[in-house]
Amino acid sequence: MAVLPVLVFPDERLKQPAQPVGHFDHALRDFITDLEQTMRAGPGGVGIAAPQVGCQQRIVIVDVSSKPKLVHHGCLILINPEITYRDGSVMGREGCMSVPDFTGNVMRAQNIKLCALDARGAKLELACTGYEARAIQHELDHLDGLLFLDRLVSRRTDLFPRKKYQ
Amino acid sequence: MAPWFMLALVGRDQAGIVARITQALYQGGANLGEASMLRLGGNFAMMLMVSHASDARAVEQLVARDAQELGLTVHVDAITGQLHRHIQPNMSVSVYGADRSGIVARVTGALAKVGFHILNLESDVGGNDQQPLYIMHIEGHCASSVEQLQATLEPITRDGIQIHFETIEPMVG
Ligand SMILES: [Zn+2]
Repeated sequence: MAVLPVLVFPDERLKQPAQPVGHFDHALRDFITDLEQTMRAGPGGVGIAAPQVGCQQRIVIVDVSSKPKLVHHGCLILINPEITYRDGSVMGREGCMSVPDFTGNVMRAQNIKLCALDARGAKLELACTGYEARAIQHELDHLDGLLFLDRLVSRRTDLFPRKKYQ
Repeated sequence: MAPWFMLALVGRDQAGIVARITQALYQGGANLGEASMLRLGGNFAMMLMVSHASDARAVEQLVARDAQELGLTVHVDAITGQLHRHIQPNMSVSVYGADRSGIVARVTGALAKVGFHILNLESDVGGNDQQPLYIMHIEGHCASSVEQLQATLEPITRDGIQIHFETIEPMVG
C-alpha cells in the first residue's frame, strides 16, 4: 500500500481523457487500494480520480461520509462510470487536489443517476444527490480531462444563491 | 523576489481599459497577482497586486501615461502581502430589502461583533428609482453557527430586511 504522488495542473495528463478498464484483476484492486489511501491522505479530500495520479483509466473513488448531515452511499469505487440522468442545477464551492490553493464556484446537477462497475466488475446502479452528486460529477470530469476550472462561475454573477429547476 | 504593490485605478468606464493598463504593466516588467476589477455605477474600478523590482513611484510611472489618457486616477502603495495567503470562507450571507440608509452598517456591525471576518462583499441596487431594492452578498469566515448568526441578526430582520446564511463547505476532490 502506498500514497501516490498527486499530479498538479499544468501537468498535461490532467487534460487527457482516460480509457475504460478492461481487466478486473489483482493489479486493479491493488491500484484502487493505493488510490483510496492517496485520497484519504489529502486534507479534506472526499474524492479522487485515477488520472490525478497519472493513471489514464476510468476509475474514481468518492467517499463523503466524513462530512456531517449528508445523504451518501459510503465509500464508492466506480469503474467505467456513466451518468445516465441529471436533474436540477445548484452552485457550490469546489477545490481540487490537483489545483492547490484555489476554490471556486461551479454549477452541478442536484440529482444524478449513474451506472458503473465495482472493483470485481459487478454492475452498480446508484442515485445520488447534493454534495455526493457534486463529488461524483467533479471526479467524472477528471476522466474526460476536465477540471473544475473549466466550469467556474463568477462569484459576482450570483448575488443570490439560487436553485434552478429544469 | 520583487516586492508587491497594491495598484488602484478608478475612472469613467470605457472599453479597453483593462487591456491598456495590463499591457503597460507587462511591458514595464511588472507581474500581476490577485486582482479585482469591476464596473460600479458607470465607473470602472481596478485593484491589482503588482510585483515589480522598484518602488511605488516607479510602478505609478508605468501606468501614468495610459491612466492620464483614459482619465483614471491612480494610487499605489507598497504592501507586505503575498500570494497564497487565502482564508477560506466558511459562511455566505445574502441580504436584501427595501433600500434604506444604514443597512450595510447595521448588518456588518452586527457581524463584526460576533467576530465575522468579511472576505468578500458585493452589493447592488435593483428595483427602480421609486422602489429601490438593496441586495448584498457577503462571504467570510466565522466561528459561529448559522443559528448563532441568525439570533444575532434577528433584530435587523424585524425591520423587513431579509438575511439568509449558508455555510460554505468546499468539495475537494
Ligand atoms: Zn479534482
